[in-house]
This record gives sequence, C-alpha cells and structure tokens, in this order.
Amino acid sequence: MTAFDEMRLGARARQPYEAYEDWFNQQDAGRLNEKSLDAERVFRRTGITFAVYGDTEAAERLIPFDIVPRIISGKEWRRLVQGIEQRVQALNAFLDDIYHRQEILRAGRIPKEIIAGNEAFLPEMIGVRPPGGVYTHIIGVDIVRTEENEFFVLEDNARTPSGVSYMLENRETMMQLFPELFQKIKVLPVENYPQLLRESLGAVRPKGCEGKPTIAVLTPGSFNSAYFEHAFLADQMGVELVEGQDLRVIDGRVAMRTTQGYKPIDVLYRRVDDDFLDPLTFRPDSALGVPGIMDVYRAGNIAIANAPGTGIADDKAIYSYMPEIVEFYTGRKAILQNVPTWRCAEADSLAYVLEHLEELVVKEVHGSGGYGMLVGPAASKKEREAFAQKLKARPANYIAQPTLSLSTCPILTDGGLAPRHVDLRPFVLVSDRIRIVPGGLTRVALKEGSLVVNSSQGGGTKDTWVLDD
Amino acid sequence: MPGTLLMLLGRAANGLYWMSRYIERAENMARLVDTGQRLALTQTSSPADEWASVMTSAGVRDAFEQCYDEYDARSVSDFLLRDLSNSSSVMASMETARMNARMVRTSLTREVWESINEAWMALRRMLTRPIDERDMPSVLDAIKRETALIRGAFQGTMLRNEIFDFAQIGTLMERADNTARILDVKYYILLPSATWVGSSLDNHQWQLILRSVSAHRSYRWNYEGDYQPGNIAHYLILNRRMPRSLAFCYRGICDSLEFLTEEYGTRHKSLDRAGAKLSKLKTATVGDIFDEGLHEFLSEFIRDNAELGNQIAADYRFYE
Repeated sequence: MTAFDEMRLGARARQPYEAYEDWFNQQDAGRLNEKSLDAERVFRRTGITFAVYGDTEAAERLIPFDIVPRIISGKEWRRLVQGIEQRVQALNAFLDDIYHRQEILRAGRIPKEIIAGNEAFLPEMIGVRPPGGVYTHIIGVDIVRTEENEFFVLEDNARTPSGVSYMLENRETMMQLFPELFQKIKVLPVENYPQLLRESLGAVRPKGCEGKPTIAVLTPGSFNSAYFEHAFLADQMGVELVEGQDLRVIDGRVAMRTTQGYKPIDVLYRRVDDDFLDPLTFRPDSALGVPGIMDVYRAGNIAIANAPGTGIADDKAIYSYMPEIVEFYTGRKAILQNVPTWRCAEADSLAYVLEHLEELVVKEVHGSGGYGMLVGPAASKKEREAFAQKLKARPANYIAQPTLSLSTCPILTDGGLAPRHVDLRPFVLVSDRIRIVPGGLTRVALKEGSLVVNSSQGGGTKDTWVLDD
Repeated sequence: MPGTLLMLLGRAANGLYWMSRYIERAENMARLVDTGQRLALTQTSSPADEWASVMTSAGVRDAFEQCYDEYDARSVSDFLLRDLSNSSSVMASMETARMNARMVRTSLTREVWESINEAWMALRRMLTRPIDERDMPSVLDAIKRETALIRGAFQGTMLRNEIFDFAQIGTLMERADNTARILDVKYYILLPSATWVGSSLDNHQWQLILRSVSAHRSYRWNYEGDYQPGNIAHYLILNRRMPRSLAFCYRGICDSLEFLTEEYGTRHKSLDRAGAKLSKLKTATVGDIFDEGLHEFLSEFIRDNAELGNQIAADYRFYE
C-alpha cells in the first residue's frame, strides 16, 4: 500500500509545502548536509540527550533530528485543535466521574470490570477533587494521519507525557540554521509554551494560596531518561527543579529545603510516576517521592499536575471506549477518530486477532514506548507464533489494531529527500482554560518502511510547523 | 531587597559547590602532572621520590600505591589524568563536575553549562586511551584551556548572586587546599634551618613549587628573581594579590560568605570561622609562621579548611 505523503501529491508539492519546496530546490545539497551536521553539534553541545533503558554502552544518546520540517496548514490545524479540545475535556470529565459518582458505569456505557480490575485506577483518589477540578493538566495526544482528511488518535498520554522540550529545541535549532526560511514562510510560534505552562499551572493553585504561587518541577533525578526536559522546563518557567530528597511535609504543606530553610510549594508539576509519589500511600520503597504528600493533597493544600490516577484515562483498554466516553460527556460525536481496536479480553476478538496477526499491530495494555508490541506485517512467522503464545496466555493484557498506513514526510538522506512515516504529538494544557501551542513533536521512523517512530526504537524528530494562513 | 525572590535549594548549593571544586581539581591535577613531567625531564637524584611527592600533593598517594608497585611517568600520569577509580583524576573530576552541573543545570547560564559539557566531551575524547608521551604537553594544555574556558564563561556570564557565591566558595576552598598541600609536601626545603646554600637542586625544588601553582613567572616580578624560601612562603601563603595564595582564597571565601549573610539576613558560624582564618592570614608574618612551625601551620590550615567546608554544608542545608 502506498502511504499518503504530506509533502508531495504526484509531481507537485501539496499546498502547505509549496513555499518550502521552492526554497529547497534552490539549496545546494552539500550545504544542507553541512547543516544537518551543525544541528547534531548544537544538540550535543547543549546536552539534549536521553537514556535508553537497557543500553549501558550509550548512556546518553541524541535523538536524531531531521532538518526537513513537517508542515501543517492553518486550516488542518484548526480542525485538529477542535478535536483535541473536545477530547481533553472528555478525559477530565471522565476522570472526575470515575473517581466520584461513576455515572458512566451506571449508564452501562463501559463495563465495570474494566475499571475495578485496572491497576491504573487508584482507589486512593476516590472522592478527591483536585484544586481547580482539573485532573490531567498536561496531555500529549498522539495523532496519526492516513489521508488528506483522515486523522486518528493513537494514544492519549494523560500521565506525564514527555517530548515538549524537543518541540522547543527543534524550533530553536531550525531558526538558528535557517533564519531566512522563517522570513519567507510564516510559521506560528511555539516558544511561549513554558510561559503558558507556568500560567496554566498557576491557575490551579490551591484555594488557600494567596499571591504568586510557588511552583516546582519534581524530577526523579539526573539519571532519569527525561532529566534534560525536566531541567529545561523548570529553567524556562523560572521555577525550582526539585527531587524527592528536597521535599518534606511540614505543618500540612509540602516544603522544599532551601539554603534558608524549608519553603512551602503550592503547585507541583511532577514528572515522577504515581507509584513513586508517596511511599506512605503507594510503593513503600520509593525514594523518589515525598512521604505524606497525598495527605496534603487530599486536604487541598497542594496542586499536583497531573493528578495521581490519571492513568486510568489513557489506559489502552479504556482507549477503545473513547468514542463512547467523548459522546457521554460532551453530548457530541468525537471529532477525532479512534483507531478501531480489538480487545483481546473478549473471546471473539481474540479469535479474530489470532487469525489475522500478520495484518495487525498488537500492544500491551499497560505498555509504552514501543516496548512489548508486535507489528504483524513486519514480524517474521516465528516472531508471530511466539507472540501468539503470549497472547493466549494473557489475552486481557493485549489490544490489537489494524496496521495503519501512516502518512509520510520526507527526510534528508544522502540520496536527497526520501519519505518516512511520521506521527504527531501536540501538547495540551488544561486548567482555567485550554491552551495549545500551534505545533507539537513530530516523530519520524528513520528506517525505510518502518512504522515504529519511538525514540527508543530508532525514531527521530522533526520541527513541526503550523502555518499562519 | 535583592535576592529575596529567588530560592536556592540546599541540594543545588551543594551541587554548585562541588561542581566548582571538581573543575578546580581537574585543573590542579593537570598542573601537578606538568610539574612532575618537567622534573622527570631534568635529571634529579630520584624521580620516583619526586613522583611520590606529587602524589602526596594530589592527596592520592595511598590509593596509587594500592594499584601500582612503582612510580614511573606512565603510571603516574595515567592515574592522575585518566583513571576513573581515582576519584580525583582529571577525567573522574570532570565526570563529577558535569554530573553536578547537570543537577544544577537550571542555576547555570547556557554558556557555563555548555562550556562544562564541551570540556567533558573534549577530555573524554582525549583521555579514553593512554596518552602517548609526545602528546602529553598538548593534552595538559587542553585540560588547562578547557577549565579556563569554563572559568571565563562563569565569570563573564553569571549574575553575582547566591548561586555565584556557592560556586565561588567551592573553587576557592579547593584551591586553598591544593596550595597548602603542595607547600606541605615540600615544607622542609623552605625551612630556614635547613642548610640552604642555594644549590642548584634547591633552586630546582623551589621552581617546582612555584610552577605547580603557575607562579614561577609572577614570582620574579614580585620578588626580583631571588628564590628565597621566606619569600616563596610569603608569596603562596600571605600575598593577597597572588590568586592561588591562601590569603587570596580566604579573602574571596569571606566576601562570598558576607554576601550570603547580607542577602539572607542571617549570620552563620561559617563566616566566623572563615573570618578568623582570614584575619590570621592578614596579620601574620612569615617569621610568625616559621616560629609556629611551617608544617604545623599548614596541617592546621588543611584541617580547618575541611572543617569550614562541613560548616558551610551545615549552615546552608546542603544535606537533610
């Protein structure tokens, strides 16, 4: 099957790419390759690296960056924004409902078992209403495209989505490398994301907080794979970057140890998983969290973004019910489509999936980062057979989806432009209102024909342009 | 009031302090190896003894002797420059400095962070394989150049606030410790009681001391050429204009501690301790120090300096 290419339609450039192509055709190939190397040097120098789990050799790696931008027209973007806004409202309404009255279960729109038996559902959050009533404040919605007008949501990342620093650094790098391009083509800015994030976090400060809220970013520490991003965001927002060891609960508040003693925090943007957040409530062996923070939270004396327990909203088993969820809470059909999904827990579906393994992508319900998944068409017979065994052993652990023909966007190779599959993760901020910067993280599978865009599996990134048209 | 808006984590202050100490240490190690190399090039009675005293100055003699049986240029420079099991080697120091810099990334300007990151990348490239003797001068130059670039970025771009002060204190504490150790290893040749007749060997030793603190040229500008033990001791201990002297270091440490006291509005014990040391360095003469005993004076200094470090860590909540 031939994939939809976002740049070219036959011999012509698609409209959003026209101006870029004009420019590109005037460039000298040698100079562009030189620019690619410049970009890599910039990334190395600034230390934008990530760690790959299980890879001790290259403890710090760069995510490859491609200098050809992924371009989206203003019109395409506005439609995406509508769909995204609807979706994140539904996600927050769902979370509020599921931790309170559970109307959606009573209405029989989704089965009770899927919540009750789900590890991502936190009983500790039942009856807790976070400051501002917001549960998932920062969401990365993974979107793929298959046709001119066909967009699908592949995943809602409602816990602690990462990658926004790449969106910002990619733009910064492109502006350094090709300042003339930005004069020629009107690209909407993304640089104000940290400021919007700060505003958005400040707007959900706890009721008792007077004056300017004290905000901090909680990181697991400098050995975490996304540490660069944690430091980057704290820096850009002008707030403290804290670790669990800096925090303790004093007089009913969460406070950080400064050189002048303990100072209370109002809003915590945490990049530590639920399990590790509070050893008194969750994993007792966690040294990354703050003992007692959940008590402070329940008392309404700190805002935590994202709230504990938001994982139930982006769980892959729940994902398949998103069309129902969106309709239930917004009263309208979902603007953005879901990818058709087979829940292997259901006997009929399992039988179908086992029969059609060579056409399907099978994912672990709780997995992420492209680990533990099977891309049927790309797998060998042996791999599929091995996977079928795992599937039969624990069917409820898996969902399956058709292999979508993801759109392509060209990357610069030694032989010139060559199409590669891409996805898109826009970043959405929810608090007093919804804020979305025009852009996102475009991930690209660098291997020809590959559909796996995850950075841990050989994916790269591109700057994402939304045109001001 | 300036400084009240900003809050600095105790852990970050600790990170800044150690980041600077380790950058300073990397540079000092390179200088010690340089000195040792020079000495090995000139025929002295016992190169092994000289290397042994270099190791003592570096504070790693025991660790070295556990790993190696003999002192030779190769193993010594390997140990001081590349060996990651020696936590004070140039490479290990740069690793630790960078790790701390990464931890306090949000407190540093982009220029400072990048200079540290680039130094780390450059040194890692140079120091992964054993260094060919012919390349040694250029490697040592590169280490000194990289640390100089970091210092330049730091001095040129950092706002003078508490972040600057904690880093500055780290640099100066490490430097004072280093100067005191170098002197202490060679104290006996500075003693007036030793029968000093200005033999060429003594001359050489004195040059060695000066060179290891990069002061062999500036000394001549200040003391008109003669290598007098009293003058050398004065230069490295009491001269307030010599950037590696104990008096200079303590002047800077006290300045920073005073700024912190002003900004925070709280006076801690560490300023009293550092202040007492500084006033001693201001008023003492070389004669006083020789009367007290140079070795005794230096040992006490090294011990007090370490205690001051602990006091600062406690005063400013470096740890829980």
